[in-house]
Amino acid sequence: MTKQYKKITTPLTDEVVKSLKAGDNVLISGEVYTARDAAHKRFISCIKEGKELPIDLNGKVIYYVGPAPAKPGYVCGSAGPTTSGRMDSNTPPLLDRGLKGMIGKGLRSPEVVESMKKNKAVYFAATGGAAALIAKSIKKVELVAYEDLGTEAVRKMVVEDLPVTVVIDSEGNNLYETGPVKYKR
Amino acid sequence: MREISTEVIKETVKDLFIKINYDIGEDVLAALKEGLEKEESETGRAILEQILENDKIAATERIAMCQDTGFSIIFVKLGQDVRITGGDFNEAINQGVREAYQEGYLRKSVVDDPLFDRKNTKDNTPAIIYVEMVPGDKIHIEVTAKGGGSENMSAMKMLTPSQGEQGVRDFVIGTVSNAGPNPCPPIIVGVGIGGTIEKCALLAKKATLRKLGEHNPDPRYAQLEKDLLEEINKLGIGPGGLGGRVTALAVNIEHFPAHIASLPVVVNICCHAARHGEAVI
Repeated sequence: MTKQYKKITTPLTDEVVKSLKAGDNVLISGEVYTARDAAHKRFISCIKEGKELPIDLNGKVIYYVGPAPAKPGYVCGSAGPTTSGRMDSNTPPLLDRGLKGMIGKGLRSPEVVESMKKNKAVYFAATGGAAALIAKSIKKVELVAYEDLGTEAVRKMVVEDLPVTVVIDSEGNNLYETGPVKYKR
Repeated sequence: MREISTEVIKETVKDLFIKINYDIGEDVLAALKEGLEKEESETGRAILEQILENDKIAATERIAMCQDTGFSIIFVKLGQDVRITGGDFNEAINQGVREAYQEGYLRKSVVDDPLFDRKNTKDNTPAIIYVEMVPGDKIHIEVTAKGGGSENMSAMKMLTPSQGEQGVRDFVIGTVSNAGPNPCPPIIVGVGIGGTIEKCALLAKKATLRKLGEHNPDPRYAQLEKDLLEEINKLGIGPGGLGGRVTALAVNIEHFPAHIASLPVVVNICCHAARHGEAVI
């Protein structure tokens, strides 16, 4: 690897979030929670019905992933990021409840970016399709909620040095906008 | 008349789906390595290095290269002198998929109903099966496992004949540009031109299966492929969409005669984990 990495540990404090800038290469250690389309839908139903969420979102990081099944002897199957944009409409209510970090890939809506600025949160991209490599950073996986959703269930993952890039920081700077501009001809 | 049993068909399908999910094609590997040499962005190079390392881990450890092990699509060229024995042909293919996804530790990514229930079928079936009758006494089976992220960024448009080549160019470039980082660049761009709406989509899908480095046999389309690849790699999207030169590894065009009133175009985007394989029984 030719890159320099910042190391951070979850849960994320406001101080750590503010120190992260779009373009930073980061290694995340600690707990992250998996949730994608179906789990987000249930989170929002919980909120609407005034029920408690299965996880206290304060300072937490959600990883948008639906892992492949683990082969015997493996903690987790291949586990790369899914496209984050599908979670956009269900994201601001989670940020309002303390969610500090999201790991995925791909574009976010202006509403999500505004909510990230308001709530001081950060959006990381993991490399799409580098799922077997990423799984090496996952040390423990534990079911938290919605087992019936299979791969889409909410799981707690303990990760060590999960390689990501800060794409959108808490000030709204966006590497998906600034990065390509530099190389556009 | 040659007899081929459904058991052999099932085993062939099963082996192919496991293999393509573990082993990236040599052509894709070569294109990724070439991309690494060309890439000017440091971040872009790091992403390409990660992808190459990932593909090595998957092949060595016999695990899925991407967690999205795709929708299972099967193209069958069925020799007209073949007699299939031992049961239902379509069921044999579905059983092959079922066993591959179970025994190969591949993710089950299919829901039973697209709109209302969306309940996972838990075995990655039904597969999408296309059968074409051809002369001969063999069965040619080509399979692909298509990821959702890149499929979602694909698009179709019914252009008018007067929009012509420029219309096609604008639509292809516009679709890739809109997709940005979402389909896991570097991507392979499959383009279908002509036919009717469903034929055109099928052409685009087949275009994604073509070996990288090979071009459309018609020199005009081959030139268009080269031009579009160059234009796409000027967009700056780069590996992972974080900025760089290598946005696409190839543009493959398949074409077919069209109605006098129509110029259909479909852009089917495939991620760098381009999983396809074939076998002849």
